[in-house]
Amino acid sequence: MSELLEVHDLTVHFATEDGLVEAVDHVSFSVRPGEILGVVGESGSGKSVTAHALLRLIRPPGRIVRGEIRFEGADLLALPEERMGEVRGARIALVFQSPRTALNPVLTVGRQIARLYALHQHVAPAEAWRRTIEMLTLVGIAEPERRARQYAHQLSGGMCQRVMIAMAIASSPRLLIADEPTTGLDVSIAAQILELLRALGRRTEASIVLITHDLGVVAEACDRVAVMHAGQLVEIADVHTLFKRPLHPYTQALVRSIPRIDREVAMEPIPGAVPSLLAPAPGCRYADRCARVLEVCRRERPVLRAAGASHEVACHAVEVESGTAVR
Amino acid sequence: MPSRWRVALLSVEGLVKHFPLGGARAWLDRLGGQAPRSVRAVDGVSFAVAPGETLGLVGESGCGKSTVARSILRLVEPTAGRVTFGDVNLTTLSAEPLRRQRRDLQMVFQDPTASLNPRLSVGRTVEEPLRRHTTLGTGERRARVAEVLAQVGLGPELAGRYSHELSGGQRQRVNFARAIATRPRFVVLDEPTSALDVSLRARAILLLDELRATLGMTYLFISHDLASVKYLAHRVAVMYLGTIVEEASTAELFARPLHPYTQALLSAVPVPDPDVRRARIVLAGEVPSPIDIPGGCRLRGRCPLAQPVCAEPVTLREVAPAHRVACHLV
Amino acid sequence: MPWRRLARNRLSLAALGAILVVTVAALLAPWLAPYDPDEPDAAAALASVSVRHPLGTDLYGRDQLSRLIHAARIDLLVALSATAIALTLGATLGAAAGYRGGWVDHLVMRGVDAVMAFPAFILALAITAALGNSTANLVAAIALTHVPIYTRLIRGEMLKARETEYAEAARTVGNRPHQIVLYHLFPNCVPPLIVQATLAMGFAILTVAALSFIGLGIQPPQSEWGQMTAEGAGYVVSGEWWLVLFPGFAIMLTVLAFNLVGDTLRDLLDPRMRGVR
Repeated sequence: MSELLEVHDLTVHFATEDGLVEAVDHVSFSVRPGEILGVVGESGSGKSVTAHALLRLIRPPGRIVRGEIRFEGADLLALPEERMGEVRGARIALVFQSPRTALNPVLTVGRQIARLYALHQHVAPAEAWRRTIEMLTLVGIAEPERRARQYAHQLSGGMCQRVMIAMAIASSPRLLIADEPTTGLDVSIAAQILELLRALGRRTEASIVLITHDLGVVAEACDRVAVMHAGQLVEIADVHTLFKRPLHPYTQALVRSIPRIDREVAMEPIPGAVPSLLAPAPGCRYADRCARVLEVCRRERPVLRAAGASHEVACHAVEVESGTAVR
Repeated sequence: MPSRWRVALLSVEGLVKHFPLGGARAWLDRLGGQAPRSVRAVDGVSFAVAPGETLGLVGESGCGKSTVARSILRLVEPTAGRVTFGDVNLTTLSAEPLRRQRRDLQMVFQDPTASLNPRLSVGRTVEEPLRRHTTLGTGERRARVAEVLAQVGLGPELAGRYSHELSGGQRQRVNFARAIATRPRFVVLDEPTSALDVSLRARAILLLDELRATLGMTYLFISHDLASVKYLAHRVAVMYLGTIVEEASTAELFARPLHPYTQALLSAVPVPDPDVRRARIVLAGEVPSPIDIPGGCRLRGRCPLAQPVCAEPVTLREVAPAHRVACHLV
Repeated sequence: MPWRRLARNRLSLAALGAILVVTVAALLAPWLAPYDPDEPDAAAALASVSVRHPLGTDLYGRDQLSRLIHAARIDLLVALSATAIALTLGATLGAAAGYRGGWVDHLVMRGVDAVMAFPAFILALAITAALGNSTANLVAAIALTHVPIYTRLIRGEMLKARETEYAEAARTVGNRPHQIVLYHLFPNCVPPLIVQATLAMGFAILTVAALSFIGLGIQPPQSEWGQMTAEGAGYVVSGEWWLVLFPGFAIMLTVLAFNLVGDTLRDLLDPRMRGVR
């Protein structure tokens, strides 16, 4: 099965006045056609930067230092800018955080969506408007004709998010990246948005990369999950395996730190804090917080290795225990 | 009144807060012969919090829980109702006695960044309640600030820093420190962890619990994060469109939710376990505007169990020991 | 004071330096000026730039450098006083209007509207002409025309600050209304005020110069840059270029320096810029 998106060794640095911030460090993963991949991590884990890098939206002082992003066979990082413009929005779409602020406040939402149709599919204004209304209905907005004439501030947070999703899928992209689509939304609205994303994915056969810090969201909506910590990808597995048998100490700590509504378990906060990405120490960035840290962890960055069907972990301790360590 | 109300530390009776619609709409209403409409943010809320207890107040955006908090503290003036703190009637206090009550009645705000004055250092921020309510000297205040910072897990060296130099989690802890500086008896927590990463919430919740136990405080914990409420609260009240629809002990509410809204809310909370598939109770449509609230039960237009009787006004009544519900069908 | 950061911005450093030079000149004028600015020297009348008279002399043989230095005094004094008065009055009115709202707001803003209806320079001119040509009247005229700027600015900032969560927190903590305004709201309104004040200083100097240029404002024999420029203008055709160039430059450089230093000063005083890029 050929992958829709393959990311190899992606590394992104930001040259700030205080030094070099290594925001994303040798990240590799792939996305299969039609699947929903969750990327989960705390603030500062590099998940948003990774998403922006996929669309080459990194601006100076940020720089993609290394890596390959293969989308439908072609390396996006090698494309000239005009070709990249054709990919963005049309083949790969991004749904931003905080929908209300990502929408243009001075244009009606209908105008914003219709312009995308005109831009990417070169249709006449009347046809663009018709498709806009159709799309608003598809994303579950009641009274689409009325809503299309309204402005962002007149819509609720949930509706704004639906509009953003409508804009993202307007040109039937193969890959949809949703950056924290449910953060800030009420629980019941968030549940509806997740259901909408899943339904759209199924219907259009697009793949979705769902970025979030909420493990509950990931468990509800994703097929596979990638866990990031301080710019490094530490574990990636299908969702059932990840929750049933998490192998990386960070994943395990993350699962244990969440208050749960379905079980009576004690909450254990993750020890330590996310390390600074400014001139970080070599090796595994979880070393200072890890209960199973080994000497090699501080020297050498662990590499993702297979630990079962559809399960990869980047951890020296896990390698040693399972006897698969190279040294 | 239930007997436990006599020992309540905070007692709220019939709290109402309406925000009148100004301008053209009010004028048009008057022209049409109606009373001008308002946003009925809080429309008759009564509850009590016993000393040492944490009452969780949950609901989605627009249900009025933040307005309840602000009305209790008189940061907005209630339209009607009575708030009793200890043996003091807060609603009728004049400016200066009310201000003095703030020594015992504090609040932690939702946005850790916005609720800290960017031009004041951490030390100065935490010190301020002491300056306003105590007669401690400069040195004594500084010592107390260091003590409070330690209690929330911040080192004394942070006293000289400014809020933009701290992480989100640290800023929220500064908020906690400011709220407990005068050792208040009661603290209103308005979504104290919503702006924090999920992984930081555990630490914040555990800290809040520890502080409550150590300092003997009482909490009103307002949140839309039901899992945190389950951990921290002894009792929970669920709000919808300005009224309480269900109130019970935490264990009881989560195990046997009786009101359809509570059931729908609980079913929508994502659980970090992909193998748990619960039946989701879906409420049709969206929350109606608090300007035009339907008569009878407020959930009527959306409730999957709606019956003709639901057009009648509904009251919050006790259907099981210490378990109140506002539903005709229970 | 974060000198390191200041040093990185060369232009601002130069601007600050220029202001420092002018201020020192103004303060130490009697000791700095090589000659008495009013002392005539018929033998050296209309002498060009030389070692004895670095900026030349005028019709009466008065040393231009000394006159320029003494003029700095009066220009800075008037501009500074006018700005200080306007700032204090304007900020107070603006704070009251912004915080209290209601009829206070209405009253203040209609007053501001009335003053702003007139072009600033014309208004200053009219007041000076009506009240007479004293320095005090000049200061009052300029101050009045500048008050609206600060009032509007502070009112806008106050309206914003009033709605913030930290203002609400300040109330919760137990501050009385005047304490909220003084310790929380007003300090956060100050940054744009600083930039505005430095820009306004530039304008004030220009206004003094312009009024004196047309004969109102500062009267001879007191030297003043604008008046010196006016006198010098008459000599351009006959070739005594130094009489108009140096006073003109003085005005230009000083106003420019004030404009440039405003942004930097605001950044320096902002705690948010500490320890951040």
